[in-house]
Amino acid sequence: MTNPENVLMLAGVLFTIGALGVMLRRNALVAFMCVELMLNAANLALVTGSTMNGGLDGQVASFFVMVVAAAEVVVGLAIIMTIYRTRRTTSVDDANLLKL
Amino acid sequence: MIPALIPMVTGASLTFWICAPLAVLGALGLVLFRKAVYSALSMAFVMLNLAVLYGTMDAPFLVFVQIIVYTGAIMMLFLFVLMLVGIDTPDSVIETLRGQRWLAALAALGTVGLLFFGIGGSVRSGPFAGLTEANAIGNVEGIASLVFGRYVFIFELTSALLITAALAAMVLAHRTRVTEKIGQRLQAAQRMRDYAETGAHPGPLPASGVFAGHNSIAVPALLPDGSVAESSVSRTLVLRGAALDPEDLRSMTADRFAAIEGVKEEEGDE
Repeated sequence: MTNPENVLMLAGVLFTIGALGVMLRRNALVAFMCVELMLNAANLALVTGSTMNGGLDGQVASFFVMVVAAAEVVVGLAIIMTIYRTRRTTSVDDANLLKL
Repeated sequence: MIPALIPMVTGASLTFWICAPLAVLGALGLVLFRKAVYSALSMAFVMLNLAVLYGTMDAPFLVFVQIIVYTGAIMMLFLFVLMLVGIDTPDSVIETLRGQRWLAALAALGTVGLLFFGIGGSVRSGPFAGLTEANAIGNVEGIASLVFGRYVFIFELTSALLITAALAAMVLAHRTRVTEKIGQRLQAAQRMRDYAETGAHPGPLPASGVFAGHNSIAVPALLPDGSVAESSVSRTLVLRGAALDPEDLRSMTADRFAAIEGVKEEEGDE
């Protein structure tokens, strides 16, 4: 069996790379994909926790995270499409109507 | 008794050391590629690697859910939206906030430190239970008994969430039409009107590559006098810079004409 601590480290690294992407990228779609990467890292940690503790609860939690992610992607992509339709851009810098 | 679905226990550690670097590489690609499609593909690659890792950790159900739901549905949705919007607009490299990159790198380092030393320190070390006992009745059956047993209320809530999300997508995608829809008949009438008023050609646009050295769609058509038919190349290709320069083509055509003339003259000499 894989050492779960290594897998947890991998999950931490993936989560950090995702967070870095959210901070660096300005294309809304890529930033959104980085959020998905963070969710995936959390899933990996949940599955590892399931292996460590000998229960399936972690896998069930991971499954629910996937369901929520699917719903979130649908709404998020619809919002990105709406912004693109009105402002002709997917850059997060250009959505600044609320700014003074 | 169901045999182990994915008998990779002996090679699990090896698989981890192959898949983990690949997943990290894919994640870095997601952040670093300038083109959004490359980013999407490396994201799909990361997800596939994670699916393999789930396989090594006795989670065969999640392997398939990961591939079908994440890689199959969510990533392809992302690709569809990418194709609909800004595929030809690469991310700008200019920093809008000064020093943002360094601060972001610092924050990432801090996150890694926090995760490794803060939370990682509180993870108890082995021996780990493993899932052989929990998977005794089968992984899918075990998950099903939890989902429809202890977590049934959460399961019901997810159904409400999914319905709300579908409704939200429909509401956001809805657009009231403010102008009349231009059908075939209206379009034809408009064309004839343009022809009567401005003399615009009512027929189809010239095909690309006609009278030129190539018949690729990126090559503009040359008119018989050697001038370029601008309308023969798709505007998207011109914007993307894929269309070939008409000057080169014109010189090539001129060379051809000159060669033909030369042959004629030689024949005339004989």
